Amino acid sequence: MSLLKVTNLTKSFGGVSAIRDLSFTIEAGTIHSIIGPNGAGKTTLFNLITGVYTPSSGSVRFDDREIGGVEPHKLAALGMNRTFQNLQIFHNMSAVENVMVGAHLHVQKGLAHSLLRLPSLVRSEVETRKHCWELMDFVGLGQYRDAEASAMSYGALKRLEIARALAAKPKLLLLDEPAAGLNDTETREVDEVIKRIAGQGVTVVLVEHDMKMVMGISDHILVLDYGAKLAEGTPAEIRSNPDVIAAYLGNVG
Amino acid sequence: MSAFLQRHRGLLILAACIVLLPLAVQNDYHYDVLINAGLNAIVVVGLNLLIGYAGQISLGHAAFFGLGAYASAILTTTYGWHSLAAMGAGMAGVGVLAYVVARPILRLKGHYLAMATLGIGIIISIVLNTEAHITGGPDGMSAAPFSVFGYTFQSEKSWYWLVGGCLLAAVWLSSNLIDSPIGRALRALHGAEVGARVVGIDTTHYKVLIFVISAIFASFAGSLFAHHTPTVTPSILGFIKSVEFVVMAVFGGMASVMGSVVGAVIMTLLPNLLASIEDYEPIILGAIMMGTMIFMPKGLVPTIAKMLRRKEAP
Repeated sequence: MSLLKVTNLTKSFGGVSAIRDLSFTIEAGTIHSIIGPNGAGKTTLFNLITGVYTPSSGSVRFDDREIGGVEPHKLAALGMNRTFQNLQIFHNMSAVENVMVGAHLHVQKGLAHSLLRLPSLVRSEVETRKHCWELMDFVGLGQYRDAEASAMSYGALKRLEIARALAAKPKLLLLDEPAAGLNDTETREVDEVIKRIAGQGVTVVLVEHDMKMVMGISDHILVLDYGAKLAEGTPAEIRSNPDVIAAYLGNVG
Repeated sequence: MSAFLQRHRGLLILAACIVLLPLAVQNDYHYDVLINAGLNAIVVVGLNLLIGYAGQISLGHAAFFGLGAYASAILTTTYGWHSLAAMGAGMAGVGVLAYVVARPILRLKGHYLAMATLGIGIIISIVLNTEAHITGGPDGMSAAPFSVFGYTFQSEKSWYWLVGGCLLAAVWLSSNLIDSPIGRALRALHGAEVGARVVGIDTTHYKVLIFVISAIFASFAGSLFAHHTPTVTPSILGFIKSVEFVVMAVFGGMASVMGSVVGAVIMTLLPNLLASIEDYEPIILGAIMMGTMIFMPKGLVPTIAKMLRRKEAP
């Protein structure tokens, strides 16, 4: 069954159509990449799927439920989570607290419990912190257990966002340029993390410019150009598609 | 037990200060100043949850303080209610009012939010001033003595212990709240609101929640104030008073529970200490404020805490 089904999706800003009549589906348990030249509408598509923008027309169905225009925090509760190209880190908190915020949906958070720090809250807090440390280990941030977020490098913060998104236990994880601004070693590490996430049964959708990464880890690739679908298929199909080569890969050289 | 000590070091220091301070107190006037400092501190601890932790501004908190005070004054005298019932009614009423106004205004940001809360404060102030047949108008009114379970608080000393205990409770509750999932949600929406929303935090809900909680803190302190002060007048809930509360929070340290207490106490005591040179008082006060903001923009307590940590570190 498809986890995400986009049908005839259009988004216009004034007279400009950033996304035009786009349809595609994402199967559960796959790694799905969205690529395209700058300005092709990748981030707009991300924002449409994750509730930041409301579609002008068309439908987005997640887990067989219409989600066009549903608020982000409700999408998170339905099992969708994302990271950001220009980080959305809580710099006023420690690293593990950032991840713990991600677990917000699943923890004891009653007002009376919190004000009085009742034993059930303390238990929940201890478990959450332990679980979040494990998630930090999982994304390779084990050495930052006690760090403040403001003291971490850009590359580490990118992975911290992934850990935070995982803490919400998503079915669908959208990664907006997880490798942007990272060096080769860091990119390979993120690569590994994404594969491990998919290995746990989480469906991953990524927007990424790093072609080596995209071709290496994707099960399925969607190519956008001027807000419309240019091509779709496996990495091998995309690599040999003449339209794609002309519009995109060819330009890169 | 050691975990409790670790968690609540500030609370224990505060408790020690409250217990030891009476040794230095010579007369009822000193107690009176300290009681007012404590009441201000309760308001500011609550206000700092909103300003320092959640990153929202309120220039109308004196109005909630004043409503609590008037609720206690009116209900205990005109209607003969029990002190605690009047206080509870005031807190509930203020909570409902804060909820009703917070839903629309907390969608606003920055200057707009400041203006909206300022407006609410002014409206409440005008209403209490003009409804003289209920509130006594500009002359104000008095509350009945504060009594709990048959004990009536009369002496300044008994009031000191009452307010000290309430302040400790306020600090304890706030510290707990900050270090809970709710506290993290508040700090998160301050740090990166979009980031908070996509991981499932209903940011509007939490902004409203903390606005209501901080308003209830103010109402609680206002009720105690009404019973302690000879007369409740509309001057206690003016715009200047609201600004003073914000200044106390900023001066003591934003996002610092103990900073709120220190800020409130210092800003309450200073005018009294400077009273002997009254002509220069505003100038000296202003200079202290400016100096703090220039050299310690994070406020007194966070700056000092950071300096101490640096010294401890090898």
